[in-house]
Amino acid sequence: MGDTKTRTPARRAKTRAAQPEPETLVAYYRQMLLIRRFEERAARAYTEAKIGGYCHLNLGEEATVTGLMAALQPRDYLFTNYREHGYALARGIDARRVMAELYGRSTGVSKGWGGSMHMFDLESRLLGGYGIVGGQLPLATGAALAVNYKGGDEVVMCQMGDGTTNIGAFHESLNMAALWDLPIVFVVINNGLGMGTTVEASSAEPELYRRASAYRMESARVDGTDVVAVRDAAQAAVERARRESKPFLLETTSPRLRGHSVVDPARYRTAEEKEALKEADPLAHFGLTLEEAGILDAEARTKLDAEVKAEVDDAAAFADDSPHPDVSTLFDYTYATPVRGVPRRLPADPVF
Amino acid sequence: MTTPSTTMAQALNSALRDALADDERVVVFGEDVGRLGGVFRITDGLTAEFGEDRCFDTPLAEAGIVGFAVGMAMGGFRPVIELQFDAFAYPAFEQIASHVAKMRNRTRGRVALPMVIRIPYAGGIGGVEHHCDSSEAYYAHTPGLKVVTPATAGDAYSLLREAIEDPDPVIFLEPKKLYWSKSQVALPARTEPFGRAAIRRRGADATLVAYGPTVPVALEAAEAAVEEGWDLEVVDLRTLVPFDDETVTASVRRTGRCVIVSEAAGFAGVGAEIAARVQERCFHSLHAPVLRVTGYDIPYPPPMLEQHHLPNVDRILDALDRLQRDDRPDPRFLSLGGAA
Repeated sequence: MGDTKTRTPARRAKTRAAQPEPETLVAYYRQMLLIRRFEERAARAYTEAKIGGYCHLNLGEEATVTGLMAALQPRDYLFTNYREHGYALARGIDARRVMAELYGRSTGVSKGWGGSMHMFDLESRLLGGYGIVGGQLPLATGAALAVNYKGGDEVVMCQMGDGTTNIGAFHESLNMAALWDLPIVFVVINNGLGMGTTVEASSAEPELYRRASAYRMESARVDGTDVVAVRDAAQAAVERARRESKPFLLETTSPRLRGHSVVDPARYRTAEEKEALKEADPLAHFGLTLEEAGILDAEARTKLDAEVKAEVDDAAAFADDSPHPDVSTLFDYTYATPVRGVPRRLPADPVF
Repeated sequence: MTTPSTTMAQALNSALRDALADDERVVVFGEDVGRLGGVFRITDGLTAEFGEDRCFDTPLAEAGIVGFAVGMAMGGFRPVIELQFDAFAYPAFEQIASHVAKMRNRTRGRVALPMVIRIPYAGGIGGVEHHCDSSEAYYAHTPGLKVVTPATAGDAYSLLREAIEDPDPVIFLEPKKLYWSKSQVALPARTEPFGRAAIRRRGADATLVAYGPTVPVALEAAEAAVEEGWDLEVVDLRTLVPFDDETVTASVRRTGRCVIVSEAAGFAGVGAEIAARVQERCFHSLHAPVLRVTGYDIPYPPPMLEQHHLPNVDRILDALDRLQRDDRPDPRFLSLGGAA
């Protein structure tokens, strides 16, 4: 299991939570497997032109996604960047609705209008994937103040990529969150690459969690391929935010197994780097760990895999069978009500 | 009893005060709006009266402020934020264009953003670059935003109250040179709602369409033009989005001539949109080309030159001179290039 390093102000090494029950570990494994198979299916659908726009996958991030989401309560809020399919699934949204959103169908999470990058679901309190790097940070920070103003005990989790730490909104948001003691956990998913540029080539402080010290905010780095370590680190940060209304910066490290998006062949990677990725696969690693611990053998894993594949195939079939949004919805939600001087004319409609 | 004389700044301050008192979801924040009361004193006294939870200072972080307001609005509040000057809003443009304007659509109506972004804008106060921009076209060109700009104290109060009550995000552009101009108005005042232009002066010969800072200029020009035999109508748009085609169209159909007066650079500006709409709807009533008197297509000039850059009476009279009063084609319109 990975270790958790802590940065200033000094925090006592936290006591490790008890090792989870075997069934919890199997549930985590299944969750990771679902994300893996779902994303592989999405990649295939993209190459089949079933999915339009852009499509960023959580491949390699499965343990991080699963661990982070296990740390949240249902009443907590989640903001993410555009690499959020797995988060939507782990937040409990039906794979059918997630896949239908990728397919741009009206049965999708955002009724086919959000697509891969803009999943949104009030019920599961996923307050959006966001397509602009850093765009979600000030929003999440404001949502945390709204929680405090209403006297709630919810926590906001705001996920982002490593590249985001160099954008102005990162600084603006962390500063305000610390200044006003807001119940928010910022999570940096460090997969080592901002599209094709390495963290070392873009960040003067490549140990990203250390950035928090500029705001006197506590922070930590955790091995993002270790689902239990991620869960424990995130839970500590989330529950502290809930208890003391204090922000936290958590950095997770995990590989990005494919390109930046489905259309990126990742040619900037060397053969050695590609080989090393296979070794770093968190799903394979976790499967072996469970086997060695006598919790889940190869046969049981094969059975789970078949189950998950069936779920994903069903989601894809559901998406494929769902209708596209109707042309008549074009004008529906730009404003609350029709606005004077904003034409809604389609061909053959009256001119004025 | 005489109607009291009120400045636009006082009217805006009253509107914020009354909104804070009437609706506990209203929260005012921005740079220096609390302790200082805002650089133009629009938020003066609000923190003292309502406390730091209701009106508070933020760090210098425009994108952060706007995004923060989005998060607050998602959480059920009605943020009214101030961005100190027109050009100071540009760092926040990403938030405004990508999230403020699109959230309702992106969430298919599940999230409304009832928020107001107040921006002191336009020139005429001897300011300089970054402090005098007419940035309305950027917002008006962004579907999902409403764009409001008052020209009188009564409208300033009424439109700001309406903006705070509106279910959609509103860019509220305050013509800073009019902050200290007075109108005879008793507050609280309610004028016409969004989307209704006001005819500030009735006339028969040509229509001057103005908004925000150019409304008083157009009125002054209309008075000056009387001497030259012109009887001009002056329309104050009040809101750019929603846009009141009906009032503008009816006026121009009646007068047959139209000049649009705006401080912003002319190219691809709101004036161009109005001209297009007027010719679409009034083509058969027009006796002359629709003209624009605008700021030049240059970055905002230094204080000593701004009077030459901004639309003034002379430039409006110069445009009137090209309205083909005698219905003979004006050879100046036969050229292929240059300004009309």
